[in-house]
Amino acid sequence: MRTILYILQKEFIQISRNRLMVGVLFIMPFFQLIILGYAASFEVKNLNVYIIDMDKSSFSRDLISKFSASPYFNIKNSSDNHQKGFEDLEKGVADLVMEIPNNFEKDLVNGQKTNVYLSIDAVNGVKAGLGNAYANMIVKDFSSDIITKKTGQTISLPIGITWSNWYNNLMVYSTFMVPGILVLLVTMVAVFLTAINIVREKEIGTIEQLNVTPIKKHQFIIGKLFPFLLIAFFELSIGLVIAKLVFNLHYEGSLILVYSFTLVYLFAVLGIGLFISTITYTQQQAMFIAWFMFVIFILMSGLFTPIESMPVWAQRLTWFNPIKYFIEFMRMVLLKGSTFPDVKNHFIIIAIYGVVLNTLAVWNYRKVSE
Amino acid sequence: MKSYGKYIVEVENLTKKFGDFVAVDNISFNVKKGEIFGFLGANGAGKTTAMKMLTGLLSPSSGNAIVAGWDVEKNPEKVKLNIGYMSQKFSLYDDLRVSENIRLYAGIYKIPGKEIKIKINTLLEELGMQDLRKKLVGDLPLGWKQKLAFAVAMVHDPPVVFLDEPTSGVDPITRRQFWEMIYKASADGTTLFVTTHYLDEAEYCTRTSIMVDGEIKALDTPENLKQQFEVDNMQDVFVKLARGL
Repeated sequence: MRTILYILQKEFIQISRNRLMVGVLFIMPFFQLIILGYAASFEVKNLNVYIIDMDKSSFSRDLISKFSASPYFNIKNSSDNHQKGFEDLEKGVADLVMEIPNNFEKDLVNGQKTNVYLSIDAVNGVKAGLGNAYANMIVKDFSSDIITKKTGQTISLPIGITWSNWYNNLMVYSTFMVPGILVLLVTMVAVFLTAINIVREKEIGTIEQLNVTPIKKHQFIIGKLFPFLLIAFFELSIGLVIAKLVFNLHYEGSLILVYSFTLVYLFAVLGIGLFISTITYTQQQAMFIAWFMFVIFILMSGLFTPIESMPVWAQRLTWFNPIKYFIEFMRMVLLKGSTFPDVKNHFIIIAIYGVVLNTLAVWNYRKVSE
Repeated sequence: MKSYGKYIVEVENLTKKFGDFVAVDNISFNVKKGEIFGFLGANGAGKTTAMKMLTGLLSPSSGNAIVAGWDVEKNPEKVKLNIGYMSQKFSLYDDLRVSENIRLYAGIYKIPGKEIKIKINTLLEELGMQDLRKKLVGDLPLGWKQKLAFAVAMVHDPPVVFLDEPTSGVDPITRRQFWEMIYKASADGTTLFVTTHYLDEAEYCTRTSIMVDGEIKALDTPENLKQQFEVDNMQDVFVKLARGL
């Protein structure tokens, strides 16, 4: 036990002398939360529209004015020239080209069906999908206006939808993102800093002097991991305060539950850091492997894209992703107010994950080389 | 502490293979208690590999070694408790102060807290480094670093200390001071196991072994070796052996 204290003392002194690292540890939560919390958004606004109006009638002008009144669309240009419209689409000046055909008004007045044609730049699939949906809504709305005008009575479609958004009723995007970003913050500290810290001793050779002492494996490992456990908790706490003060996040669930889960989670991810350090020899190698894992973990975590929309095999892969469980947990507890019985499985899975990884890492950690 | 006989290091048919390459080939020798045992050899002769096996850093492919009464393969942790080791590559912490480095290792070797303070003071006094106690080790010149590393290797007063090329790269004055430290430790009853490149240093040893291509080709006092090879300095002994004459 006393040996561990000496190792801890050494680690804390070394960390505190590393000015750059201390700076990063303080600045990182602000940077990540504030920039990502505000900037990362899936909402699509101000799509640029090019309108090819072949009809130039009062009906077509009505439709155009409906588009220009919508916050989702910006009328960039309009003409009766196809070529110009599609040139703008190719150049990226327009996100969407809408063509109103000849005889648009005449067909409508005569009670015949007519079409408007939408061409959407689908390089960004999310943007294209949402643009299409918004345009549809506007055209539908316009159609019912026309029926009203013709029949002289206000009619509405037989089924309407009224809705309310649960757990995030104003649909504030940051409310959804911030718990996830907190997870990334905690994970980065635990995986990267731990792996690099241990490998550094291998790289500069100081581990040899330790390996020739009677220090026990577990003393060394605990001495190495504990400081980063504390730092990760510190980062989580700063993050929670920022989330509350800057993003007005209401914590529906218990913070004690959040901290308890974080403890179990850190046990698991510190194990990943330790494991990486046992299979690498230089900080560069460790960094590369940690990044490789991290990028996959983030993209498969449900932070940006819902796991439900992934193919089945990919959904299976996410079962092995600790970040996914923590993000799910944070959203459930912080936003929905879930309690322990709701997240019991998360606890169990991450605990098993931690035991497996740490066993593997400790087994792979060698004081005596072959 | 376990009792041991006349020999503090007993090596029997010790071999280390890395794949097809035999780094240490079936070596056998003994080191007497209190000796300064010189372990010579050209670069790549297998000195460091042999020393790593004796200090429990590397497991042998075959053969036995008993160090301070413990088998290096069966009880590496017991061996580690009873030896000091100074690596060829400087391996104290550059970002810790002089006193912090000593405190860390004194603590790991389970020296009681009160004694650690006294230990730091006496060590710094012996090294003449009292004024440098608060200096970061990374800021010290190499000679001082090496002396400090030696002191740290001896912090728990082990019966045997392994020094891997302790004087490589240091100036002649520091080299001399270093050997004075070695003599003093030897006079206090510590056994010293030293590898070196400098053949004049071989003359300072009680007995010297010379390794060539993983084997020990000669082992005796410097006087006897010179007689045996009919030369008047260790340099020529070494050259004759290395050329296979």
